[in-house]
Amino acid sequence: MSVVELITAALLAIGVFFYFAGTVGILRFPDVHSRLHALTKADNLGLMAIVIAAGLHFGDGWIAGKLALIWLLALFAAGMAAQLVARAALSPEHNA
Amino acid sequence: MSLAFDLALCILILGAAALAVFGRDLFGSIVFFIVYGVLIALAWITLGAVDVSLAEAAIGAGVTGVLLIGAWQGIRDGGGGEPEAPTPWPLHLAAGGAAAALCGVISFAVLSLPGHDGLAGEVPENQGALELGNPVTGVLLGFRAYDTLLETLVLTAALAAVWSLTPSQFWGGIPGPNHVKPPDGVLASFGRMLPPRGLIVAVYLVWAGADAPGGAFQAGTVLAAVWILIVLAGLRDEPRLSRLPLRALIILGPLVFLGVGLIGMLLGAPLSYPEGQAKPVILVIEYALTLSIAATLALLIAGPARRR
Repeated sequence: MSVVELITAALLAIGVFFYFAGTVGILRFPDVHSRLHALTKADNLGLMAIVIAAGLHFGDGWIAGKLALIWLLALFAAGMAAQLVARAALSPEHNA
Repeated sequence: MSLAFDLALCILILGAAALAVFGRDLFGSIVFFIVYGVLIALAWITLGAVDVSLAEAAIGAGVTGVLLIGAWQGIRDGGGGEPEAPTPWPLHLAAGGAAAALCGVISFAVLSLPGHDGLAGEVPENQGALELGNPVTGVLLGFRAYDTLLETLVLTAALAAVWSLTPSQFWGGIPGPNHVKPPDGVLASFGRMLPPRGLIVAVYLVWAGADAPGGAFQAGTVLAAVWILIVLAGLRDEPRLSRLPLRALIILGPLVFLGVGLIGMLLGAPLSYPEGQAKPVILVIEYALTLSIAATLALLIAGPARRR
């Protein structure tokens, strides 16, 4: 097992850990905002680790760049969706 | 792909399908239907069918999912839906029996067809005549173009059906609720950031469609998503449905497609491309279809007119 493969495996494990933790958070946390907190952390950090792992695995600058772009777009989309859900979950007078 | 991945994917697909069908809660069923669409898109990728995968993810999971959620909202706001009157079990039995019988008849019809391995052998042999690098585009807009022509007409007819639900005082008005959002809000900034990128992706998809995975349906869906995002962010309102340019845009793709088929009839063979000119004609159809599909999908989601 080469050094790159070891790093890839470690990053995958980190990604899976964040996704697992996020899933547990969605199932166990009491209210919408706590659950959102768990979900977005898992999405951003977990996806980041997996994207870096995939980039290392393919070892190609173009593929790594495209993967990074996917992560960036997912980051934006998840962040926006989380904001919208959080606002919708607030009481109507806060919902401006 | 490894066997373990394929097996896990199969189990997930079957699980999502079962939860979508047997779920007690309507909203949960819709969510699992969307999950099912995404998983099916993954399955198409493992089979190497990137075109189909893109279409499934965009239309099967995306557009259909939004339409279903809209329908669910409509049912809930209408006060109907969830608590259904229990149907007697003989009715269940009869419905199940009828479905099984239909399934049997269709299976028999398909299995009794003379065996041949589809178009897989013939397409590469004849693809050169169309000068298209992507065999899927060759089938969709060349060898089986009439299927695609009918699909686009079905889409237009679906929009006409949605519009036919318009209350008469709103006919030709503006569809959907009025999305007024603070101009510095999250959605407004997102709605300014994403559309330019979406446009680039859509142009790339339709431009690459001749020689690589992509095409009118995929690009049209991306454009429709951009349209919907702009409306949701409150940056632009939906257009008035009575506007002539809008209606022309909706009918442009099917009209160009039909026109090419009719010109073929004048030249000798209906629904055929002029010899040697197939590729430019196909590209014109693709570009026109992209715009029409985008407008049609976006307006399908917007629904019938609800304001003057």
